[in-house]
Amino acid sequence: MKYTEGPEIKDAKAPSGPIEERWEKRKFAAKLVNPANKRKLNVIVVGTGLAGGSAAATLGELGYNVKSFCYQDTPRRAHSIAAQGGINAAKNYRGDGDSIYRLFYDTVKGGDFRARESNVYRLAQVSVNIIDQAVAQGVPFAREYGGLLDTRSFGGAQVSRTFYARGQTGQQLLLGAYQALERQIAAGTVEMFTRHEMLDVIVADGRARGIIVRDMVTGEIERHVADAVVLASGGYGNVFFLSTNAKGCNTTAIWRAHERGAYFANPCYTQIHPTCIPVSGEYQSKLTLMSESLRNDGRVWVPLVGGDSRAPGDIPEDERDYYLERIYPAFGNLVPRDIASRAAKNVCDEGRGVGPGGLGVYLDFADAINRLGRDAVEKKYGNLFEMYERITGENPYEAPMRIYPAVHYTMGGLWVDYDLQSTIPGLFVIGEANFSDHGANRLGASALMQGLADGYFVLPTTLGDYLAAGPFGEVSEDAVAEAEIKVRTKIDRLLAVNGTRTPDSFHRELGKLMWDYCGMERTEESLRKALERIPELREEFWRDVKVSGTAEELNQVLEKAGRVADFFDLAELMCLDALIRTESCGGHFRAESQDADGEALRDDEHFAHVSAWEFSEDGPVLHKEALEYEYVKMTQRSYK
Amino acid sequence: MNLTLKVWRQSGPSAPGKMATYRVEDVSPDMSFLEMLDVLNERLILSGDDPVAFDHDCREGICGMCGMVINGVAHGEQRATTTCQLHMRHFEDGATITIEPWRAAPFPVVKDLVVDRSAFDRIIQAGGFVSVPAGSAPDAHSIPVRKEDADDAFDAATCIGCGACVAACPNGSASLFTAAKITHLSLLPQGQPERLTRAKAMVDQMDAEGFGGCTNTGECTAVCPKGIPLDTIAQMNSDYLKANAK
Repeated sequence: MKYTEGPEIKDAKAPSGPIEERWEKRKFAAKLVNPANKRKLNVIVVGTGLAGGSAAATLGELGYNVKSFCYQDTPRRAHSIAAQGGINAAKNYRGDGDSIYRLFYDTVKGGDFRARESNVYRLAQVSVNIIDQAVAQGVPFAREYGGLLDTRSFGGAQVSRTFYARGQTGQQLLLGAYQALERQIAAGTVEMFTRHEMLDVIVADGRARGIIVRDMVTGEIERHVADAVVLASGGYGNVFFLSTNAKGCNTTAIWRAHERGAYFANPCYTQIHPTCIPVSGEYQSKLTLMSESLRNDGRVWVPLVGGDSRAPGDIPEDERDYYLERIYPAFGNLVPRDIASRAAKNVCDEGRGVGPGGLGVYLDFADAINRLGRDAVEKKYGNLFEMYERITGENPYEAPMRIYPAVHYTMGGLWVDYDLQSTIPGLFVIGEANFSDHGANRLGASALMQGLADGYFVLPTTLGDYLAAGPFGEVSEDAVAEAEIKVRTKIDRLLAVNGTRTPDSFHRELGKLMWDYCGMERTEESLRKALERIPELREEFWRDVKVSGTAEELNQVLEKAGRVADFFDLAELMCLDALIRTESCGGHFRAESQDADGEALRDDEHFAHVSAWEFSEDGPVLHKEALEYEYVKMTQRSYK
Repeated sequence: MNLTLKVWRQSGPSAPGKMATYRVEDVSPDMSFLEMLDVLNERLILSGDDPVAFDHDCREGICGMCGMVINGVAHGEQRATTTCQLHMRHFEDGATITIEPWRAAPFPVVKDLVVDRSAFDRIIQAGGFVSVPAGSAPDAHSIPVRKEDADDAFDAATCIGCGACVAACPNGSASLFTAAKITHLSLLPQGQPERLTRAKAMVDQMDAEGFGGCTNTGECTAVCPKGIPLDTIAQMNSDYLKANAK
C-alpha cells in the first residue's frame, strides 16, 4: 500500500508550565457560554457508552440542546456495560502510597511511553472526581464492613486503587450514566434516537455540522445538523471478527469521519487481553473475557513439559510451570496485559498449551480456595465463575479455568488534541474512539476511567470553549445533500451486488487474516502478506457479497455489510501502520524487535511519535506528532 | 445435533405473524443458542429468504438486548441465564424448539423476534435516578454505607432491563423491573431525598405504559437472568404507599 509523509503535527494544544497546573490553566482559559445562549447551541453525541452517555447527560445538565444516538434499542446496552473488573482512581484511600502522580506514572509506563504526558496527568487528576460522582449517583461499589469503599489491585500497579462493583463495574457505572442521561431526556435537554446508525459526518465550511443516520427500523435516511458533533462510538476490535466486543461494535462512525478528514492515530495499537475463554469451534461468534481481577487470586500455569495430557489435578506441583511468577517475580500474575498475553502465546507455541487445540493455559484457584475458603472466593468472583461454567460446561471450583488471549480493546482511534478535538473543527472524539491516553497499551481498569473522565469532566469544558464562538448559522444544503447521496450510494451498491457469500463469511475471513498476520505478534512478512490479501478479499466482497432484503426495512444483513465494508479499509491502514512501525511497543509486538529475553524492544530514537494518518484517495498520508517526556524518564519497561 | 425450529415470523408491527418451521443440522452442543440461529440465518440469506431478525449485542449476558421465549419460557428453561448464554448442550438431539418474541402489549413487535422495550426507558425517565449533576458530588467517603445495604442495593441494581419478567408475567406486569431500580436507590443514603417521589413517579409511569398489576405469581423472578428477588416488589409497594399517604 502506497503512502506519503506530510508535515508533522507541531501543536497538540496542551498548555505549558508545570504538569499539575496544565488542566487548571486550560479550564480557566476556556471561554464560557452564557446560560441563555447554551439553549441555542445544538450538539450531537454519537454513542451512549460511558463516554457518550456521560457526555450527553452532562451537556444536557449544562443547558445545551443535545441529540444522542445509539444503534441499540436503548442507551443502556452500550458495550461499556460488559466491563467487569473495575475503575482506577488515585484516591489513596488505602494509604498505600498512591497519588495522582503515581497513577500518571503507572499509566505512562504501562502505555510503553507512547501516550502524551499532559493528557495522562489530567486523566489521573480527574480520576478522583469520577468516583465521587459515581457514588453520589448511587453506584453500588463494593464496600468494607466499616462502610467505606473497597479497592483491589490490577495489572501494572503495585497499589490497590481499583474500585469495583463485584464483576460488574462497567454495568453499574454505565447505568449511572444512563440514568443521568434519562433524567435529561425527561428534562427535555436531550433528545434520544435509539436504533439509529450514523453513516456520515456533514462537514460544511470547514466545520463538522451534523451527521447522516439510518433509522434501523424504517430504513429512512435522516439528516441532523448541529453546531458540534461528538463521536463516542467505541473501538474497532471487531475488525478481528472474534473479540470480546459486542457483536454490533464497529468502526463505521470513526472510519467515515476519517474519510471526511479526521486523522486516524496509531491504528495498529490493539490490546489482546490475556484472560478470555478459549475458542471452542468454527461457529464461534464472539469471545468472552474473564476479568483480569481474577489474576489477583488465580495462578496461571501450564505443564512443565509439552504433550502432558493428564488432567490438571493429576499434575503434581513440581511438574507445573507457573511461568508468570517464574519470569516476573516482582509482578507475578499481575503483569500488564500485553506481557501476560504474549507469555501465554509463547508457552502455547512451545507445545505446552492445554485444552482442545493446545490454545489455552490454566488459571487456577485451588490455592486461593485453600487459603481464603470457597465462600470468600465465591463472594469475590462468583458471577465470573458462573459465567465460565455456563459457557464451557466446566466447574472452575473443581478444575482450573482454561484461558487464552483475545482481542479486547483498541488504543488507536481518531487523533484528537488536548481538547479532544479531531482535525475537523467541531468534531470531538471521546472514550475508546479516540487515541489519546493509553499509548501502546492500556492498563486494566483504565478504560472506564478514561471514558468517564472525557464525558463528565473534560469534554464539557473544552467543547464549551469551541461553542462560545457559535451558533454557526445555517448549514449549506450542498454539504448535507452530498453526504446524504454518498450514504445512499453506498447502501445501493451493497444491495446491488447480489452475490453468493454472506457479509459474516467475509468478516470471518478478514478477522482470521488479521489475527494471523496482524495479531499478537507481527512480522514484516506477515504484514506484507496481509496487505496483499486484504485488497483481494475486499474486491471479492464488493463483487460477491449477498445482502438480502431491502433498504426500507429493518435489515440486519445490510447493517452488517456496511460495517464489514469499513472494516476492510481500516484493516489495511492497521497493517500499514504496523508495518512501518518496526519497533515493538506495548500491544504492538514486532518479532524483529525483541531483546535477548524475548521482551518487546522499543526504538525511541525513531518511533517516539504518534502516527496520525490522513485519508486521501491517492493513499494515506502520515503525519507524525513527536512525544516528549519531561516527567517520566523513558526506560525499557520491566516488571521483573 | 439435528433440530427442528418453530419460529415466530412477523414482517412488521402491524403485519400478521405466524410460526414457520426450519430444520437445522450439525449443531454442536458447545454452540450458544444465538450461534445456532446464526447458522440458520446464514443459510436463509444464501437461499434468498429473509433471515430471522432478533436483538442481541454483547452475547455475554449483561447488555440485556437479547431475549426470546424458548419452549414457552422467557430465555429458555435454564435458570438465571440470558438467551445468549444458553448453550445447545441443554437440548436433546432431534428436539423441536419453539421460539417466540416477548409478548406484552407495552412491548409491540418490531419484526420477528425484535420487540420495542422503550417503555422501560420511560419508566427510568420518570424517576429512576439520583439528581446529581456532574461535578457537584462530595468526596466519596463523606457518607459511609453499611456493607449489607451496599450489597443488597447491588443485588437489585444488577437488573439488565431485558424484559423477561414482563414476558413471563401472566399480567404483563413490569413490577420486578421497576421495583429493582426503586429498591436499589432506596437502600442507599444517596437515594433518600427523592425516595418517595421516585417511587410514585415510576409506578405511575409503569401503569401509564399499560403494564399489568402484580399478583405475586413470582414468574418474573423465576425467569430473571440476574435473579432479582421478589421482595423488591414489597419494597416498591411500601415506598409507593408512603408516597401516596403523604
